[in-house]
Amino acid sequence: MNTLSNPGNFTPQSDPWQELRALTEARIALGRTGGSVTTAEVLDFRMAHAAARDAVLTPFDPGALAQEIHHLGAPTLPVTSAALTRAHYLQRPDQGRRLSPASRAALTDFALGQPPVDLVIIVADGLSTQALSQVPPLLAVLWPALQEAGWSVAPVVVASQGRVALQDEIGEILRARLSLMLLGERPGLDSADSLGAYFTWAPRVGRTDAERNCLSNIRAAGLPPDAAAARLMDLLTRARRLELSGTALKDETPAPVLPTPKE
Amino acid sequence: MIYRTWNGRHGYSFPDLATLLAKASPPRSGDDLAGLSAANAAERAAAQVCLAEVPLTQFLEEPLIPPEVDEVTRLILERHQPAAFQAVAGLTVGQFRDWLLRYETNGPVLAGLAPGLTPEMTAAVSKLMRQQDLILVASKVRKITRFRNTLGGPGTLAVRLQPNHPADDPRGIAASIVDGLMYGCGDAVIGINPATDSPASYHELASLMDRLITEYRIPTQSCVLAHVTTALRAMEEGAPVDLVFQSIAGTQSANSSFGITLALLKEAREAALGLGRVPAGGQVMYFETGQGSCLSAGAHHGIDQQTLEARAYAVAREFDPLLVNTVVGFIGPEYLFDGKQIIRAGLEDHFCGKLLGLPMGCDVCYTNHAEADQDDMDSLLTLLGTAGCNFIMGVPGAADVMLGYQSTSFHDSHYLRQLLGLRPAPEFAAWLETMGIMQDGLRLLPAQAGHALVAPQLQALALADGVPASAGSSFPQKAPGSETA
Repeated sequence: MNTLSNPGNFTPQSDPWQELRALTEARIALGRTGGSVTTAEVLDFRMAHAAARDAVLTPFDPGALAQEIHHLGAPTLPVTSAALTRAHYLQRPDQGRRLSPASRAALTDFALGQPPVDLVIIVADGLSTQALSQVPPLLAVLWPALQEAGWSVAPVVVASQGRVALQDEIGEILRARLSLMLLGERPGLDSADSLGAYFTWAPRVGRTDAERNCLSNIRAAGLPPDAAAARLMDLLTRARRLELSGTALKDETPAPVLPTPKE
Repeated sequence: MIYRTWNGRHGYSFPDLATLLAKASPPRSGDDLAGLSAANAAERAAAQVCLAEVPLTQFLEEPLIPPEVDEVTRLILERHQPAAFQAVAGLTVGQFRDWLLRYETNGPVLAGLAPGLTPEMTAAVSKLMRQQDLILVASKVRKITRFRNTLGGPGTLAVRLQPNHPADDPRGIAASIVDGLMYGCGDAVIGINPATDSPASYHELASLMDRLITEYRIPTQSCVLAHVTTALRAMEEGAPVDLVFQSIAGTQSANSSFGITLALLKEAREAALGLGRVPAGGQVMYFETGQGSCLSAGAHHGIDQQTLEARAYAVAREFDPLLVNTVVGFIGPEYLFDGKQIIRAGLEDHFCGKLLGLPMGCDVCYTNHAEADQDDMDSLLTLLGTAGCNFIMGVPGAADVMLGYQSTSFHDSHYLRQLLGLRPAPEFAAWLETMGIMQDGLRLLPAQAGHALVAPQLQALALADGVPASAGSSFPQKAPGSETA
């Protein structure tokens, strides 16, 4: 049919290999109009990018997250990093790795008279506030497991504008033998709600990433939060027994290969 | 040496060449992060005025990093050819810009000049240039390289097919490769970023691509973008390696953080040449770079990120690469904050690489925490097309599901082909014609489910119905009807 004389019948060229989409999450067999992407795909991409952008830029509500954590029976402590605005946070990763002076003072005051602890858990917005929806279901499994195993655990620290290494300063002030940071990862186009977990034996300012262990891609379509909690309990237990973390501690749980961890 | 200037109201002084270059750099967040940028716009403009007066010979007399502590500096100084430099030896940086823009300064003149230029000279002049200057001068230079096809010729644009998968699943990767080939992409290289950097995974992925290229007689080359030491080990174990990949940077200490030295790159290149897969006189190395990598590794020596990026090209040049790819927006907003900074950086990198005689391509890309979107990528893609960029990336739907960032898509290459009349590498264009995929190197033909590339994939999927993708083996063997290839 001549599409010029009958534009109402025009349809873009579809790709006759759409079944191959079962093999990969990649955006294959998109079809085309001329050599260009179709309107439907342009709009689908825009929806996905909008979700990823919103995950980065939506303001973090630490009070609401603290409430959810209280419902699990865990106390919390709020802190902020030295990066006070989102724009600042994105351009100055060094400041997201240190506490604000006020938070440092408050945390130091809190630590006075408190005994050393086995573990401090820190929850931070990181690069995706949307990823924090994974935190309550993860802690719902991890927190009781830690209590049952007799761990001494500090109140959960809820940190705004935090990077992975913020756990070093917090863990050092609270005299924790291990620190565990749960934070939003850099969102992919189709995975804006992905949470990362990073833990460090003997946290001190200046620790390197090679001295940490990481579980990434914690989300329903990746590593589900309850499964992540079970693996973290296993890893933390071994880290405490061996008194180390980092490249020397291997994750022995059989699991699919995960993508490169990213902040 | 101290550099001074006066703008009619204020005097400015810059204690050394590295400071002058940094303060003269167009704004970018990575230089702010390093504490190297100009304090304000007036100081930046003054630094550019001051830099314009610096003789090019000063870059030979005042190395930015002492040669005693940096093998990249030694390489730059040792490889400098005074005879080639003669044409511009009497010029200042500002005069050099004017000279580059003359009608008489054409492609052959610039090709002859390349061995006489140091990376710092190209970086310096780029800081004085507007974007149109970066585009016009780069467009005069053609750099042609060869493996199973001829890349970089006039009127061509090649595409690296990037079929990544978060678990390196061979069937998932094969599906993306078929998608890209059916869209006429993959002439620069079929290049996989593996999720795991292991010799076993390397071997499997290299074999997958080798079978595909052999079966369908595709005039292209393959690459697994693992660490160079992994490639060396895989070659020892007999893996079919076409191109050896490595990320490189502009200082010895940054390269050291990548686990490489110049000697290691030399060893890898010789091993790849020794496999005898490349025709005589062809190229076997694929390098990736990107502004900010030295700072990220804590190895920037107080030098701005654009100058350091140009120094990485001196490393690339030493090993006669087939492809050099500046992955411009991958590093994130702490180095290149927004679309404007990414676009400027991409054009600078392409310009400096071309001036130094490299086959430059660009991964036109951004992350979701950068202030950028598809419109910014369209701008950079279009500008690089007009600048004569050798190759771009082709990622299904522009979204890389392994690395979690957005690049250019197969469709984007067709936008640029239509707009600027750019065809694939000639051997690859002929293959596409034979396979009934593309006509005249410009227009896609309607695709059929029975196509020789597609049918075996669909059959394998039907046979494996109900079996998880990860249980699949690899690219299917000999395809019915593939004799036509």
